[in-house]
Amino acid sequence: MSAAKGMIIKMYDAVIIGAGVIGAMTARELSKYNMSICVLERSNDAAAGASRANSGIVHAGFDAKPKTLKARFNVEGSEMMPQIAEELGVPYRQNGSLVLGYNDDDRKILELLYRQGQENGVRGLEILGGEELRKLETAVSRSAVCALHAPTGGIICPYELTVAALGSAMDNGAEFLRNFEVSEILEDKDSLTIYASDGRSVKARYAVNAAGVYSDKIARMVGDDSFSIHPRRGEYLLLDKDCGGIVDHTIFKVPTKKGKGILVSPTADGNLLLGPTAEEQEERDNTDTTAAGLNDIIAQINEEAEGVPVRAVITSFAGLRAAADTGDFIIRPYKTRMVHAAGIESPGLSASPAIAVRIAELLFELGLKTEKRADFKAERKSYYWFRRLGAEEKDAYIKDHPDFGKIVCRCETVSEGEILEAIRREPKALDLDAVKRRTRSGMGRCQGGFCSPRIVELLAREQGIPIERVTKSGGGSYLNICRTKGGGQA
Amino acid sequence: MNREQIDLIIVGGGPAGLAAAVAAYDSGVRDMLVLERDVNTGGILQQCIHNGFGLHRFGKELTGPEYAWEYERMAAERNIPIRCGTTVLNVSPDKVVTAVNSDGVSRIEAKAVVLAMGCRERSRGALNIPGSRPSGIFTAGTAQKYVNCMGYLPGREVVILGSGDIGLIMARRMTLEGAKVKAVCEIMPYSGGLARNIRQCLDDFDIPLKLRHTVTAVHGRERLTGVTISETDEYRRPIPGTEEYISCDTLLLSVGLIPENELSKGAGISLDPITGGAVVDEKRQTSCPGIFACGNVLHVHDLVDFVSEEAALAGKSAAEYISGGLDEGAPLDLKPDGKIRYTIPQRIASRDEDVKVYFRVDNIYKNVKIKVINGDKTIFAKKLAAAAPGEMESLTLTGAQLAECGDAKLEFVLEAG
Repeated sequence: MSAAKGMIIKMYDAVIIGAGVIGAMTARELSKYNMSICVLERSNDAAAGASRANSGIVHAGFDAKPKTLKARFNVEGSEMMPQIAEELGVPYRQNGSLVLGYNDDDRKILELLYRQGQENGVRGLEILGGEELRKLETAVSRSAVCALHAPTGGIICPYELTVAALGSAMDNGAEFLRNFEVSEILEDKDSLTIYASDGRSVKARYAVNAAGVYSDKIARMVGDDSFSIHPRRGEYLLLDKDCGGIVDHTIFKVPTKKGKGILVSPTADGNLLLGPTAEEQEERDNTDTTAAGLNDIIAQINEEAEGVPVRAVITSFAGLRAAADTGDFIIRPYKTRMVHAAGIESPGLSASPAIAVRIAELLFELGLKTEKRADFKAERKSYYWFRRLGAEEKDAYIKDHPDFGKIVCRCETVSEGEILEAIRREPKALDLDAVKRRTRSGMGRCQGGFCSPRIVELLAREQGIPIERVTKSGGGSYLNICRTKGGGQA
Repeated sequence: MNREQIDLIIVGGGPAGLAAAVAAYDSGVRDMLVLERDVNTGGILQQCIHNGFGLHRFGKELTGPEYAWEYERMAAERNIPIRCGTTVLNVSPDKVVTAVNSDGVSRIEAKAVVLAMGCRERSRGALNIPGSRPSGIFTAGTAQKYVNCMGYLPGREVVILGSGDIGLIMARRMTLEGAKVKAVCEIMPYSGGLARNIRQCLDDFDIPLKLRHTVTAVHGRERLTGVTISETDEYRRPIPGTEEYISCDTLLLSVGLIPENELSKGAGISLDPITGGAVVDEKRQTSCPGIFACGNVLHVHDLVDFVSEEAALAGKSAAEYISGGLDEGAPLDLKPDGKIRYTIPQRIASRDEDVKVYFRVDNIYKNVKIKVINGDKTIFAKKLAAAAPGEMESLTLTGAQLAECGDAKLEFVLEAG
């Protein structure tokens, strides 16, 4: 495939393939330097893959085997997270995590995790007996007799972090191309030309492969077949905000060979999250939930926390973890123009700030020449700035901005002003799910029943497209087919 | 910030709120305000363009908007102030109402409050239907809004899960718009909708109603491409081996309504776990003195006519409260036996007057007797030739019967015969 004759293909110092949390954080890190940056994303919005659907946990860092990249970047990344979340205006809370043990064998595993955590450099770890445990977390299962407590564990909303990091990069000049599904990469003397399946192309002096479950396919496009990705599907249940306070900590059971198992955690937005399951699969776009998976979660919850009302489920979802066959993160250059950030499964979210810094270093080592900008703007206005105002301040703001007094989403109290801001501000929300990810409208207990028709109208108006073209999440996910027989007749 | 003092605040300008306002006015309240979040009053009636409303209340068959107009006209004749586009953010136990609209935030101190926020539909999430997350899955009410208010058709090949009234109405509506409704699946052995809607919306259009069936998976990456339905057993569990794939681009959910009680919870009002609404006495007063509830925020009604009736009672009671309070005698607690799922009211505070008690049963019954028992005495009994969960029933206890009650508990029992 080649570009049409005479068409000038834009050249960037760095092109990042994938607008998940790794791509977005990398874009933001690179935007601190004098260089041109472009982020390519196959979907209609950032955070459309694993960064949309994961546990939202900033792990303390005791799980990973010492000396692995997972251990190093997890601990470094979770130390960086509070400041980055603050700069990006993303809700983050260091709520601490607990790993529960039920017998003496479990206690030995907890001691092993404790020593592993010490070696990885995790601060504040302690092993608690049953009484101390219940003092710290009253809802914990009565069958637990001991626990590892990691006070530096935290919770953050993964897609809010991703969107905000990309937005920060864009505020600092980075570009973002959506629905750009990379189909071919050609290398010449001084650059890579990256083609999309729809014929578009960009040139990159350097490229970053942050393509999640597709990162092995991207690697093969430049001739690297040294690793492969095996997606692992995880299903979750999200409960009503009424339940967010049932537990304060993120609660795990002792890990098994299959991983960290099912957790119970408050989310940064105040809901209660249960999951994930772990199911290996071949397909890279299958994020179905299953009856078996959801039942499996429900069956295990009582072992961790008591009084979780499974009736209060407001939604279920599944995400794919981009596990590599190497078992560790793959963060390394390939030849002279590409850096891989592949196999980023858990604790990838926690590690993302540190991985971004490492990717920048690797690009510099490959020969990317640049210098820090004096005018980098680190702070980004939170999507939540308005709802954080007091009643008097809101009143004063509405006087000049009446749209902020029109409530569109009843369950989460989101105004038209906030929705318009999400639609207008980079990275612009172009579909219903994108608005939801930025404003929480439709995220509440009615799941968009009341507010989605109005948001559809706003999306159509702002983009100048007919209602029938508005989608749930890009592509062919249309919400309406055509006008009714009498539609359009006043 | 705008600070006001108003005798009566009515939260919601749908059929319940407007009827409460009219009744409160007719009982002497002049200083009142209706707060409505939508740009117009009428609530969900605005999108219910089918007929069948008003037979009880007005003795004629009206569409939803026509029914709303009747009350809008009555409110206008009384110059009842209505503030649209206004969302109530909070109601405190001492009846301070915080509301927001495009003019700003208001804090209104009220003497009495009527809660009339209505209900919302249960969503897919609450059902935990496994599968993918494509577009094309709507609650029946959302689809109704697209079709009837916005003039857009959300799909061409439709499966409906749940045979609640909105689902039945939408089966007909989508058919009239040229869509093919392939099936209505109902997990229970009977429909929760009104019998007349089964006839007029399904039978008349040859739309199959599949009782004891549910949707066990949804398919499609971007737009819905189909659903798997399964037969269910007596415990409502899918029976393996009965799966059937139906291709469709739209799944409408009509699987129940939930009273919208966030504000009630915020005010610390006691809620009934069965109705999902407030616990009220015969005046429709909640556990919070001076705060009343009526309409679908209290319990889900089958017919808007009964909403109006209940709301009028709440409005009148609020007026009595404002002008000097309500009498509290020795209260009676109403205890349904389970076959009778719930009663409204749940409490009788004063035994001076006749009290009409509404109730719903938990199953389909034929030839049963409803008994009201106090201590060891049956103070009331009536026979029902048929009873179904989809149809609300009522009985009236006279002041004389109530005065006889020695025990503080009134048991509501359903018996054969």
